[in-house]
Amino acid sequence: MSAHAGGLLAAFVHVDAATSAIRELKEMGYKDLTVYTPVPNEEVAEAVGHPVSPVRLWTLFGGITGAFLGFLMTIWMSLDYPMIVGGKPIPSWIPYVVIAFELTILFGAGATIAGLIFHAVRDAKPAAFDGRFTDDMIGIFVPCPVERRSAVQQLLQSSGAKEVRVED
Amino acid sequence: MATSVSPETTGTELPQPTYGEITRDIAATLGNPSRGYYILFAFVLTVLAGGVIALLYQVRYGMGVAGYTPPVMWGVYITTFVFWVGIAHSGTLISAILYLFRSAWRTAVYRTAEAMTVFAVMTAGLFPLIHVGRLWYAYWLIPYPNQRQLWVNFKSPLLWDVFAVSTYFTVSTLFLIVGLIPDIAAIRDKATGWRKQLYRVTSLGWRGTDYQWRHFTRAYLYLAALATPLVLSVHSVVSWDFAMSIVPGWHATIFAPYFVAGAIYSGVAMVITLTVPLRKVFRMERYVTVRHFENLSKLMLLTGMIVGYAYVVEYFIAWYGGNAFERASFWNRAFGDYWWATWTMIICNGFLPMFLWFRKVRRSIPALFVLALFVNLGMWFERFVIIVVSLSYEYEPYAMGHYTPSWVEWLILSGSFAWFFMWFLLFAKNFPTVSITEVKEIIPMPRRNEASA
Repeated sequence: MSAHAGGLLAAFVHVDAATSAIRELKEMGYKDLTVYTPVPNEEVAEAVGHPVSPVRLWTLFGGITGAFLGFLMTIWMSLDYPMIVGGKPIPSWIPYVVIAFELTILFGAGATIAGLIFHAVRDAKPAAFDGRFTDDMIGIFVPCPVERRSAVQQLLQSSGAKEVRVED
Repeated sequence: MATSVSPETTGTELPQPTYGEITRDIAATLGNPSRGYYILFAFVLTVLAGGVIALLYQVRYGMGVAGYTPPVMWGVYITTFVFWVGIAHSGTLISAILYLFRSAWRTAVYRTAEAMTVFAVMTAGLFPLIHVGRLWYAYWLIPYPNQRQLWVNFKSPLLWDVFAVSTYFTVSTLFLIVGLIPDIAAIRDKATGWRKQLYRVTSLGWRGTDYQWRHFTRAYLYLAALATPLVLSVHSVVSWDFAMSIVPGWHATIFAPYFVAGAIYSGVAMVITLTVPLRKVFRMERYVTVRHFENLSKLMLLTGMIVGYAYVVEYFIAWYGGNAFERASFWNRAFGDYWWATWTMIICNGFLPMFLWFRKVRRSIPALFVLALFVNLGMWFERFVIIVVSLSYEYEPYAMGHYTPSWVEWLILSGSFAWFFMWFLLFAKNFPTVSITEVKEIIPMPRRNEASA
């Protein structure tokens, strides 16, 4: 992921400074920013403006698949190897709820992880990074061509960046 | 309460640590184990070796070397299985259920609890295999098409247990790993040498970008939401292993909630048992405070009272239900051959936790540690009483028996503790036992104008 287009990497200490910089950059038309935060932050997420993560759909469909497979497996296996007791119906779906329930959770959780990996990898874009962004700093990477850098740099610094550095 | 508003809301004593301090303090707990660590680790490995040797002996000479005497064919192994599954539960309670309730205090202790969950399930999972004797046929538990077209019986709670426990293991492992990723990334950016390589690989490319957090927070929320009903279901299913049969002392509808409460009770006790020395050794007093222990002890008091209530109700129903066998079974529990086990359980689980009504006890870490050890002991005996004592005293006096665990079983039991602590010791020195990210999360990020915050 190091093969990014080149741009400016700013480090912020203050969350309100970073969010105002994000908003101004977006107004200027820089939409492919990468923002780093050490913890999930509502304000930053709001400034970046993503819709709700689609991972929840993965959870839903994983869970439904699990429940369906749980009943399918138990009922099919009972019919395939019938144990007839007192003339009662061979598949007894009530105890199979337990299996279907466990598989709902198992497949739901598995699909959630798959969704997390899928979307995080798909959304990944090349960007410069600094180790301090997992510690205590907020980072903003703005990919921009050389001729526009001084304007962006000025914006970042005036909104309170502690450090702005050129990354090529 | 009014005297210390800030610690109540943020979970840390004043002054609040900065993000940088949190990363540094927690990263400092990793690596460079002391001599004491190696001595402890060597001791744990020795005990584990004893268990492994006992197991190999049992595999070589058969199940006869365990103390099973008809009708008691479920003994220490099943007791220990239920014990370890139970231990696991409070980890999920603290990490998932309290997460959904937005309890800020959980952040400092949840990683320890969640790691404990995974290792406890790993320990518990060994026991059904040890108990079936012929380890190499254990795969028969899994439904698969075979030449004899034999399928497993989905009406049996024992098979539900296979699904419940293996799902529980998978989901809690995923939950632990997902929670670890941002933390590993934070240490990765501080570490040097071979550890940097280890964390570079295990952080899976985490950088804390906006899109990563966007998907991560959702995924974590849904994992917590899935783990919550799961944890309640797992020990219910374990309880049905007993309650679905007609053994007097087992066949009771109260079993599922009774077992779930007992599981959380024993698990909280184990969290306290683990956190007290860990906090001391890792100098985590700033993050894991007396307030955390007080909250844990309240949880222990609550679940302990549910368990105590269940004991009373069990006896009451045995009498009130008017079933002669049920009455005889419960009379035998209290005054029969195994009276000592029953009274150990009642004193450790029912009476001793009543000390937690006193604020002084709740805020005294040595007192809590001792109480937690007694609760651990009592909860093991609870399972022993339910399983062994009920089986030894069924319907037909001619078919009653007395079971005494053999040395093989005791060695395997102690080996299971060693196995658990081996994983925990390895984890504690290589991965953060206090969540860096979540401890930071409850402290607001700095602002240019603090007054506007």
